[in-house]
Amino acid sequence: MPAAAISLCAVPTARDGSAERIIQFSGFGKSFGSAGRILTATQDIDLDVAAGEFLTIVGPSGCGKSTLLNAAAGIFPPTQGDVFYRGAPVRGYNQSIGYMTQSDHLLPWRKVAANIALPLEIKKKPKSEIDDRVRKLIDLVGLTGFAESYLPQLSGGMRKRCALARVLAYDPETLLMDEPFAALDAQLRLSMQIEVRNLCIKLNKTVLFVTHDLDEAIALGDRCVVLTGRPGTVREILKIDLPRDRDLTRLRSNRRYVESTELLWELLAPSTSGKTGGDE
Amino acid sequence: MKPWQLRTIIVAGFLSFWQFGAGILFDEFFMSKPTAIIGEFWDLVASGRLFYHAGITIVEALGGFVSGALVGMAAGVLLGRNELLGKAIDPLVVIFYSLPKIALAPLFVIWFGIGIEMKVILTGTIVFFLVFLNTYTGVRGVSRELVAIMHLMGAREGDILKKVVFPSAVTWVFAGLKLSVPYALIGAIVGELVAANKGLGYLLSNAAGQFNTAGVFAAIGAVVMLTLLLNLAVKLFERHMMPWQEHQETREVSI
Repeated sequence: MPAAAISLCAVPTARDGSAERIIQFSGFGKSFGSAGRILTATQDIDLDVAAGEFLTIVGPSGCGKSTLLNAAAGIFPPTQGDVFYRGAPVRGYNQSIGYMTQSDHLLPWRKVAANIALPLEIKKKPKSEIDDRVRKLIDLVGLTGFAESYLPQLSGGMRKRCALARVLAYDPETLLMDEPFAALDAQLRLSMQIEVRNLCIKLNKTVLFVTHDLDEAIALGDRCVVLTGRPGTVREILKIDLPRDRDLTRLRSNRRYVESTELLWELLAPSTSGKTGGDE
Repeated sequence: MKPWQLRTIIVAGFLSFWQFGAGILFDEFFMSKPTAIIGEFWDLVASGRLFYHAGITIVEALGGFVSGALVGMAAGVLLGRNELLGKAIDPLVVIFYSLPKIALAPLFVIWFGIGIEMKVILTGTIVFFLVFLNTYTGVRGVSRELVAIMHLMGAREGDILKKVVFPSAVTWVFAGLKLSVPYALIGAIVGELVAANKGLGYLLSNAAGQFNTAGVFAAIGAVVMLTLLLNLAVKLFERHMMPWQEHQETREVSI
């Protein structure tokens, strides 16, 4: 196994020790359904996320990747263990968090600028401040000139940029991304990946990024969590030994990148045919 | 050949067949003929009777349309956002929805008399159900993911109603409204046919009572024109209320 460039870490956690811990899953488990037909999505998850870290999460379908994000956002309570945000257990909607899902959930009756302004309106910011901030965000995500467009006039990639600007508008310190680029074609996806990675590093956001795409998981992540099939639990945590200001367009020829993706492929290939989920 | 050219030929062919076949191929007494109908229609216009009776029908249809739509919207939002109430009332609504509302006309005559009120209420009842069901479905269909995302932004129930539920309900309300236009006129006209001394429905049944076939056709023509007008009004109103839809229509289709 070409383990030279990457370090395989033991299950619970691996941290640099330098950054502070922002999210902590401690023995976390979540089951759905009522008595008789209980479906356990995840169980026994121990995972620490460091502030400013870009953490990618991969695993077979239905292994509870999204469940982790939903629990961190406080959309539902855990059925087992607990989730802590900055040391305090998450109870109810966690407003330090911004959530981007595969569907962009933009409001079609609002123009681009008004969509981005939505969280600022909710926070009751003064109009002049909203306008100012929205203008900056539009430039930041590369939608200059489209402020007054309606969504059907935008391409898929532009809609994603708009959703990204909206989530950045209220400046949450942590971003949860659930396969946000799955529906984009390869070229658009690459440009959005570069954008998101650069922006999050620049703005010092902590990111939990769920993906199906193993290349994406390695290319974007500082660490990559590999989950097992249902009920999902942490199988491995890979530390991705690529520079923080990596150039995503040149990764294809980067030896460390190639080795990391190969390792990840090997990790996941048997687990898809081997252990399938079980109901309890 | 362009579609409109073909259409013109078809319509012209039909009208001339009617005009010149009358009295030869079929009895003019029962079928009348286009020139007689136009003459009758012109008489209605010239005497001002058309405007008087059409005005009555418009008041009835619009009155029922607006009141039914408003109550339908309010009930749709209320039941859509209140899960318990929605679940409790849902089957009752379905039962009442499956009843042809026109069948209520005789009952409404007993309750509300043969005046304009009865037609407004009959029309309103029909429109209410169409708008209510559409709004209700729309409000229930608001994505829970979106609502969660809004909560993460710090939104309260009031924000969610104002910024998501109401605007997205507009789309559904208009779907209901567009569906309602012909039904609003059915309500008004059936109401007039059942019992009335004014309105286009009265004009219609009055002409039929005198075996004035041309008069019947003239009244039907007036009803068609009224429907088209009301349709156009809803469409313009919709474009005004939902400017983003216009771009939806001009967008390239991808399958």
